[in-house]
Amino acid sequence: MSAENLKLKLKIWRQKGPNSAGSFSKYEVAVSPDTSFLEMLDELNDSLERKGEIPIAFESDCREGICGACGLVINGQPHGPVPLITTCQLHMRNFKNGDTIWIEPFRAKAFPVLKDLMVDRTGFEKIQQAGGFISINTGGVPDANEIAIPKDISSLAMDAAACIGCGACVAACKNASAMLFVSAKVSQYALLPQGQPERYERVQKMVKVMDEQGFGSCTNTYACEAECPKGISVTNIARMNRDYMKAKIISKNVEV
Amino acid sequence: MAVLNSKIPEGNISEKWTNHKFNMKLVNPANKRKYDIIVVGTGLAGASAAATLAELGYNVHAYTFHDSARRAHSIAAQGGINAAKNYQNDGDSVYRLFYDTVKGGDFRAREANVHRLAEVSNNIIDQCVAQGVPFAREYGGLLDNRSFGGAQVSRTFYARGQTGQQLLLGAYSAMNRQVGLGKIKLHTRKEMVELVVVNGKAAGIITRDLVSGAIEKHSAHAVVLATGGYANVYFLSTNAMNCNVTAIWRAHKKGAYFANPCYTQIHPTCLPVHGEHQSKLTLMSESLRNDGRVWVSKKKNDMRAPADIPEDERDYYLERKYPSFGNLSPRDISSRSAKEVVDEGRGVKGGEAVYLDFEDAIKRLGKKAIEEKYGNLFEMYETITGENPYTVPMQIYPAPHYTMGGLWVDYNLMSNLPGLFVLGEANFSDHGANRLGASALMQGLADGYFVIPYTIGNYLVADKPEKHSTDHKEFEEASNSIKEITAKLLSTNGDKTVDEIHKKLGRIMWNKVGMARNEKGLNEAINEIAELRDEFWKSVKVTGQAEELNQNLERAGRVADYLELGELMARDALNRKESCGGHFREEYQTEEGEALRDDENFTHVAAWEFEKAGKWNRHTEELNFEYVKLATRSYK
Ligand SMILES: Cc1cc2nc3c(=O)[nH]c(=O)nc-3n(C[C@H](O)[C@H](O)[C@H](O)COP(=O)(O)OP(=O)(O)OC[C@H]3O[C@@H](n4cnc5c(N)ncnc54)[C@H](O)[C@@H]3O)c2cc1C
Ligand code: FES
Repeated sequence: MSAENLKLKLKIWRQKGPNSAGSFSKYEVAVSPDTSFLEMLDELNDSLERKGEIPIAFESDCREGICGACGLVINGQPHGPVPLITTCQLHMRNFKNGDTIWIEPFRAKAFPVLKDLMVDRTGFEKIQQAGGFISINTGGVPDANEIAIPKDISSLAMDAAACIGCGACVAACKNASAMLFVSAKVSQYALLPQGQPERYERVQKMVKVMDEQGFGSCTNTYACEAECPKGISVTNIARMNRDYMKAKIISKNVEV
Repeated sequence: MAVLNSKIPEGNISEKWTNHKFNMKLVNPANKRKYDIIVVGTGLAGASAAATLAELGYNVHAYTFHDSARRAHSIAAQGGINAAKNYQNDGDSVYRLFYDTVKGGDFRAREANVHRLAEVSNNIIDQCVAQGVPFAREYGGLLDNRSFGGAQVSRTFYARGQTGQQLLLGAYSAMNRQVGLGKIKLHTRKEMVELVVVNGKAAGIITRDLVSGAIEKHSAHAVVLATGGYANVYFLSTNAMNCNVTAIWRAHKKGAYFANPCYTQIHPTCLPVHGEHQSKLTLMSESLRNDGRVWVSKKKNDMRAPADIPEDERDYYLERKYPSFGNLSPRDISSRSAKEVVDEGRGVKGGEAVYLDFEDAIKRLGKKAIEEKYGNLFEMYETITGENPYTVPMQIYPAPHYTMGGLWVDYNLMSNLPGLFVLGEANFSDHGANRLGASALMQGLADGYFVIPYTIGNYLVADKPEKHSTDHKEFEEASNSIKEITAKLLSTNGDKTVDEIHKKLGRIMWNKVGMARNEKGLNEAINEIAELRDEFWKSVKVTGQAEELNQNLERAGRVADYLELGELMARDALNRKESCGGHFREEYQTEEGEALRDDENFTHVAAWEFEKAGKWNRHTEELNFEYVKLATRSYK
């Protein structure tokens, strides 16, 4: 595998805290093309720590593209230049010797910067807590094979459920809309028989909190779909809009 | 030596849990809201426990160091979850799942716990489907299954290659509902750094707020730890970067016994190590072994490309050595076999890797079928390695993956410290010396949804714990001691980074407390780790301040704990003079190189009591095998 090291210039957003002003700092690194993007930052941090400097704060956990913890804007694109992967899955072989790379946090009013490249995505949590569930308790449920679900329907539900909650959709959208994120959850349940009883109430509750959390509105630019590392489709947004309209019509006085 | 009472109920194995549920005391529904319960961890075990306890009416305080409960390491589980549904009509049953798990664990797990696990396995699948978990289905609309290692039936339920994600999002949704209803108070980005014990009972925890750095005190009637496993002691493992041992280790230092720390699972199908700066190892789901064939060249240092090695010069060593289980042999056996061929110089191009080849499966089933089953795993492989597994065989090698050891718990999942319950990978209870694939998800959810909700009630009624004020001196002392440790870490100002020391520890662990262990190596490891620990406290460099967001400090605290745990793992391995499951002592093997157990002297759990770093006392709990007769484990 490993070819020659790549020499790169990094311009990284540094910001002490939510209320401090931030700016770009310059670093130079030489890395193997086989290392991952985050391993490059690990190495840089190790060298900063060695010098007694404060390492760059960024989030990651699984480093396999599933936990949704990581998320950087790389050269203007959430999760970087390669489609359908997260930042942690990006490898340096996608860059050229001598490149300058701009690294920033996800930017949105609803995602305040905590430090450097770390943001607060609590807004997503509030939306899920408002209605992202089926109201059943543990125990007393029917046998798992009691209700047959057509394979294609189940598969569509799984496509929507694959969302990792990273927030790239919000970062990609010029309005910082969370529609793709919310519609993925709404769709998963709207497609499944188990989600039917609360279908219309759920969508209203989740949309209401989405608005309260300061996410913008959707103007159908589809930037979210283009940057989503899991390929969540904007057809989910259309499905959610339909359900939302229908909910308005049929719900008489649902207090949401 | 303390007597460890496992509190296994009387009666026939198939009636123990039912009888026990009847005999346990119940908390009056109206009284449940008078109890506060702390749950640390929001992975499968913690989220399912928190949600269920809240549904029952308890006031739950849930803690996680993540920014969201959904990011717990459980999210990364790929392959699937077992249950004894027998939907495939292939002869599965609760008893067979029980039997396979006891045998798979190499007769080092508690029979009664394992039977209960098998019993509730079916309820888990029902629960998850009702929550809207989109499991894979067949054309008729019913649930699909696949096979995992160590079983000859198809009992694994899955959601593409993202089973852990979907199960966790299910538990997370149940939890979110209770957060919305105000029954769970969720504390994110809080790391538990100390357990508080008052009058011998668990009374609360101390946390560090990972954003502000504030040290905070929390009190409750009972504490539940569901904080996951500690395979990151090896530095390189398949675990997420932030998985750590801190919560259970600090509880251990407050008196909770640590059971079987040396039982670690080295998973056979991971991507090989590629370089110095690698931060973690990636697992390729074991489900791949349903269709992939594992092989190496018959020749040493064979530098040919795989396609140039003719069929008769290939050694499909698992199929050769274990004809009835073949590529689906259990993990410990598959990993050790890979090490054997690599040690013989027959790894890929003489290096540390073996092939996992899909050529035959693609010929037999077509590329499309393989894509449907494993598409996302193949993509992941290509993203990382730059090679296309549809045309070139994958290269794999074993890596640390799961820790069967953990805090000792009785049948009620309570540790020897009253009021401290331990669930999921953090406890030691159900997998013996080796865990079968797709059984960790099952155990986490069994513990959280179906066991703790019953057993904690019994404790609250029978032991009548009080809730103490956080002004109590034990809370004060615990919180002060944490502040002192933090100050020490920040003021040492040496010349070694935290990662540098962690990597050194990892190498000692992998070489001497890894896939194969021997007396000499273990003794060396014990000394080397103790020295490294001294080095850490003398010359670590931690930047920044205590009262701010400081990831360097977070890592330092975790590595400090690994430096003690590593030694205990080596000591446990040294004392267990037998080979069983994931614990292979080179001195104890059969002529064919299989693990050789010593049932006469080691049919017990080793539970370690902490005295001080470097000094532990070993206690034991005898294991009785009344139903699955002790026998040499054979997969031939
Ligand atoms: C890559 C991979 C794939 C796997 N695939 C499978 C599979 O297919 N099938 C299977 O059965 N098993 C699988 N496993 C194993 C399984 O995923 C884990 O054993 C299981 O998910 C552990 O769940 P848990 O709830 O015990 O802990 P985790 O999911 O690890 O959760 C731990 C929780 O504790 C919190 N926490 C930890 N320490 C602290 C602290 N000090 N303070 C506050 N919070 C803390 C964390 O924030 C987190 O919320 C896999 C494991 C890996 C690594
Ligand atoms: S670190 Fe988990 S998705 Fe990137």
